[in-house]
Amino acid sequence: MTTTRLLTVAPSVTRRRRLGTTDRPRRSVTLTVLTAIVLVYSLIPLIWLFINASKTQSDLFSTFGLWFGDEFALFDNIARALTYDDGIFLRWFGNTLLYVVVGAGGATLLAVLGGYALAKYEFAGKRAVFAVVIGAVAVPGTALAVPTFLMFSSMGLTNTPWSVIIPSLISPFGLYLMWTFASEAVPTELMEAARIDGAGEFRIFWQVALRLLAPGMVTVLLFTMVATWNNYFLPLIMLRDPDWYPLIIGLNQWNAQAATAGGTAIFDLVLTGSLLTIVPLIIAFLFLQRYWQSGLAAGSVKE
Amino acid sequence: MTRITPRTRRVLIGTAVAGVASLSLAACSAGATDTDDALEEGGTITVWAWEPTLEQVVADFEAENPGVTVDLVNVGTGIDSYTALSNAITAGTGLPDVAQVEYYALPQYALQGALQDLTEYGADEYEGTYAPGPWSSVTSGDQIIGLPMDSGPMALFYNKEVFDQYGIEVPTTWDEYLQAARDLHAANPDVYITNDSGDAGLAASIMWQAGGTPWTVDETTVGFDLTGDEGAQRYAEVWQTMLDEGLVSPIAGWSDEWFAGLSDGTIATLPIGAWMPANLEGSAPDGAGAWRVAPMPQWEEGEVTSSENGGSSLAIPADAENKELAYEFIEYANAGDGVQTRLDGGAFPATVADLESEEFLSEEFEYFGGQQANQVFSESSAAVVEGWQYLPFQVYANTVFGDSVGQAFLGGTTIADGLAAWQSTLEDYGTEQGFTVE
Repeated sequence: MTTTRLLTVAPSVTRRRRLGTTDRPRRSVTLTVLTAIVLVYSLIPLIWLFINASKTQSDLFSTFGLWFGDEFALFDNIARALTYDDGIFLRWFGNTLLYVVVGAGGATLLAVLGGYALAKYEFAGKRAVFAVVIGAVAVPGTALAVPTFLMFSSMGLTNTPWSVIIPSLISPFGLYLMWTFASEAVPTELMEAARIDGAGEFRIFWQVALRLLAPGMVTVLLFTMVATWNNYFLPLIMLRDPDWYPLIIGLNQWNAQAATAGGTAIFDLVLTGSLLTIVPLIIAFLFLQRYWQSGLAAGSVKE
Repeated sequence: MTRITPRTRRVLIGTAVAGVASLSLAACSAGATDTDDALEEGGTITVWAWEPTLEQVVADFEAENPGVTVDLVNVGTGIDSYTALSNAITAGTGLPDVAQVEYYALPQYALQGALQDLTEYGADEYEGTYAPGPWSSVTSGDQIIGLPMDSGPMALFYNKEVFDQYGIEVPTTWDEYLQAARDLHAANPDVYITNDSGDAGLAASIMWQAGGTPWTVDETTVGFDLTGDEGAQRYAEVWQTMLDEGLVSPIAGWSDEWFAGLSDGTIATLPIGAWMPANLEGSAPDGAGAWRVAPMPQWEEGEVTSSENGGSSLAIPADAENKELAYEFIEYANAGDGVQTRLDGGAFPATVADLESEEFLSEEFEYFGGQQANQVFSESSAAVVEGWQYLPFQVYANTVFGDSVGQAFLGGTTIADGLAAWQSTLEDYGTEQGFTVE
């Protein structure tokens, strides 16, 4: 019975099955080595960060980089990082959350609205919009930062949180992703059925389409979240007041503190701060990962 | 999609100052100038500075002058702060009322007319208050474009334990310095006499001490002689020899490896400005007790010459909004009670009275094994070679130092060739900027 069933499934699955490791394990030394290198390459910085965030500054200078120091000072370091300079780290943390929630959240919302509209409605100039969006994907945000700065400067928006949030609201890649996703995930037949039942277009969007779009939304949300969380150049040129810095700029300022007359090196706090900074991203990934996977697959496989 | 753009940026911790409990001390004003009214009127000024001791100065100033708010903002250090300042000057908006400007960067703003002439407010009364080096740095023609905040006479910081361990004498001349470099490295291959990865500020200080004038500035006429100048040649010879023999650690200054080297003795000396003790105490605490301070190695035996390294002033942009109040603040910080506050915080003075005071000279540095290090610094301050000028585009010059001279540190070229390349870059830039280049 199993054999017949196997024969009826898609060819790609049988091929994978044949190459699979359970029936006839095939070991490739080259592959194993390559995978190991990639694994080590991606894990070592993380391990290094964790180990060194647990050291006191003097251990940091005097002990081997890839093993723990004489003292396990992680919790002490965390406490100091959170309270240093009147707790400015928490302020930066709050700023980053604000930029991520409003910026990345807003970008996702706009991408969902726009992507859905482009996928499901016909209107004049749609091809032009398509060209613009594809073109926009190709332009790195960094290239736009300086022109944006000049524009915002004349509008008096620089050195305000708006100067970081407004540019973050635009995610051409997110829009493109939602567009592709929406055209697959929301069957036109379903929309027509809803129309026949008397539902208006807004009701169809909020009550029917949005649920189907959820996996795609999460994917876009993850993309924009990471982009906003890691955004360095934009806040760097927009913001002058440390009170509005996101974590990434603030940590860099801590790092540079060592390099001035009278300044104190706080590399231990920089490391601990960096560790704390990646924790929320790791948590977000653990929670949203499954949606990401199914989200990406849903757009690519014809059901 | 925006992405991370790695870019090195030297900035310092934000110095957001918490509101100060309004302890109304009896306000005593320093001298009767026409800016006194501004203090009574009160108001808010913005100060762009990274110097950490200013935090306390601001707090005291606000406490003494109810109604005055000083917004101390750290917009970055060095190049970053000048980029911010230049942008604000160009845009004409968002200017601070006071800006911290290092001596090497002052000429470029002065030349643009971007800084307020402080003689209008009576700053000329302070002639004689400051050491000659810093004072000449803040004067431009007959204008005074800032008040000196600190100074950085050069001294040789050295790790006495390392020198003692290998039985090597502390060098008093550059020839001895070179020999000590060889002896140290031979005794222990991990030990280097110093580190340098191409530091424009250090190169300038060494050339300055060697009596060099690698460039001359006369208003808008700039002349270069980086290849023929004696000071530049002396710098090139000593450093090239050390590079050829592998005696200089390639570690970049201010990195964590640097502080590690200073702590564990693998970097044995630092020719650097007198503001360094606070950094050593704060950032290389493990080196405490091992380090001492000696006068700079001399080019000729028996000479006493020195130069400055770093140091900054507080200046007022010409288009600042509240210049009177700004002047009151910089007067307080750099000539009034703020000076002592800053000294207590570990800053190095620019004021003659402090440089020569018994209290200052007799201060014992625990970090330097109880040595009265200020005596060395003070003598150095008095021995600074006169006649040095910074370029009117020194900020730019320093940023491109690494592309030319810095290549010698990577072994790609020699320092002499690097200096020639630097000169031609600077000549081109000077011409482009409208200077007459000779």
